[in-house]
Amino acid sequence: MISIQTVLLAALDGLSYGAQVFMVAVGLSLIFGVLRIVNVAHGSFYAIGAYVAASFGLFIAAAGWSPWLTYPAMALSACLVGIVVGGTLEVALLRRIYGKEQVLQLLVTFAVFMILEDMQKAVWGVRPYFIDAPLGLLGTVNILGINYSIYQLVVVPLFAVVMLVSLRYVLRHTRLGRIVTAVTDDREAAAAMGVDATRVYLLTFMIGASIAAFGGALASGATSLVPGMGAGMTILSFAVAATAGLGRIEGAAVAALMIGLGRSLAVYMAPEFDVLVPYLIMFLVLLFKPQGLFSVQQTRKV
Amino acid sequence: MRPEILLGGAAAFVLAIVPALVPWTAVMLTIALAIGLSVLGIVVLLRAGQVSFGHGLYYATGAYTVAFLVSARLSLDALILIPLGGLVATLIALAFGVFAVRYRDIFFAMINLAISMVAFALLEKLYHITGGGDGMNVARPTLGGVRLGRAAFEGWMFYTTLATVAIASFLVGRYLDSPLGRALEAVKSNETRLEYLGVSGNRVLHVGYAISAALAGISGAIIAIVNGHVAPEFAYWVRSGEFVFIAILGGAGNVVGAFAGSIVFEVIRNHAAAFAADYWQTILGLSLIVIIMFAPDGLTQLRFIRRKAQS
Repeated sequence: MISIQTVLLAALDGLSYGAQVFMVAVGLSLIFGVLRIVNVAHGSFYAIGAYVAASFGLFIAAAGWSPWLTYPAMALSACLVGIVVGGTLEVALLRRIYGKEQVLQLLVTFAVFMILEDMQKAVWGVRPYFIDAPLGLLGTVNILGINYSIYQLVVVPLFAVVMLVSLRYVLRHTRLGRIVTAVTDDREAAAAMGVDATRVYLLTFMIGASIAAFGGALASGATSLVPGMGAGMTILSFAVAATAGLGRIEGAAVAALMIGLGRSLAVYMAPEFDVLVPYLIMFLVLLFKPQGLFSVQQTRKV
Repeated sequence: MRPEILLGGAAAFVLAIVPALVPWTAVMLTIALAIGLSVLGIVVLLRAGQVSFGHGLYYATGAYTVAFLVSARLSLDALILIPLGGLVATLIALAFGVFAVRYRDIFFAMINLAISMVAFALLEKLYHITGGGDGMNVARPTLGGVRLGRAAFEGWMFYTTLATVAIASFLVGRYLDSPLGRALEAVKSNETRLEYLGVSGNRVLHVGYAISAALAGISGAIIAIVNGHVAPEFAYWVRSGEFVFIAILGGAGNVVGAFAGSIVFEVIRNHAAAFAADYWQTILGLSLIVIIMFAPDGLTQLRFIRRKAQS
């Protein structure tokens, strides 16, 4: 019997989960929009971000500092992962393959993904990590008889919304955003106008990686971290980005919410098939709109 | 094509002798050749410039088909089980292909990855049907109507696999040389022009997709019989990634390279597993990057470099 409480619980779970997926998907989408590369290693940024944040959390707890410091630590670890891991990757590897075939680009990021998966196991082991300081600090709230943690109900979705709004603002209303849009539209024309496209690429990649890592850092407060979480997240965030239409940022938010809600409803109603639901949604959408929900028509080149 | 057939025939002949001289290599070579069939499937897709990160799905389909048929106690012969594995994989690919071949490049790769991960998760979760994470055991079937002891079975499975590989390579070679196979290259180079000729790019890729799935299914079926065990990991992305890796290692778009690559790969894995099991994926990833950066045509490229130098 499905009670109203089950549905509500599923909706709340879906909101929190969708917010996390959004963070990863929006980074993936942004990077694709500018660099025209689907970064298969994107889920690894999420996982590494989560692990680094968890390590900071453990360190803060061990040093006896205020647990409130875990929040800035999350932001710090996201930037760290984005700049160090993401930056290195772009400069050392991706920069060399922009002109090549898409298959080769896919293979290179896939190779990076394999390496990063191993690195995570080497550094953090295979034991699950769990940090409850950020969750415990805020306590729970009672909604219609359900006790739900404020962290998952408010903090995680709030950060996702802030991320969405600020990305939109930066892209639409600032000089940097205009430059990024120009490079997205036509790299050569932008370069001819004096834009340093190489720097824009690097910056975009670091920002995209940081957002994914921040999503992971937020997740570290709500779920336990296990090896392999990056693989699942890469595919799921791709499903979200594809459902929305690659490169569509607002669309990614809608799709993430749809897929997050669909998945958590499945968790409560048919737990065997929870992994299936996000892809079913993606397949259904793509069946009718092959370029995604919010795509713009592109002309074919002969 | 002629030098390829000669080369392939010579290689097959040498391979046929090796296990007779060194018996312990039989199983390893059987596995390498069987994996090579999946790699050949990837090579077919690479002709069209497409890559699938989800061919583990069809590999697992072939393997689980065998496992189900054997545990249903139908006492089917290995020579029937192997093509059946390929058949079921082909049927699934034909059905799923209706959707998948509408996409190219990134979408094609990722949609295949998504569907294989769904399969992996279902194989793990539907415990009462698939045995969950433990997988299923596959009792040794008869081979050519004869119930063999372990050593003899392994020996004859090797020759069965070698024969399968020879037939498959020949047929795939013919296919790639046929107009339908040539059209795959057109999907890669310029699909719009192909369509102006009145040929549907999607349909061309659909045929290629079904053939590549058939190869992966046969490959999985052989592995299930030789290993005597199947597990959800068969559908995991790591396995699919290995297929793609070997295809690139052996030289994309090269039939002989698929098997050369997978033998080299299997030998290295057998030795690397001993001292670098934890860094196996790192080794794969690093070599993949090195190959793509410095020898994008794979190991068999070396042969062509020499030929170019001569002419």
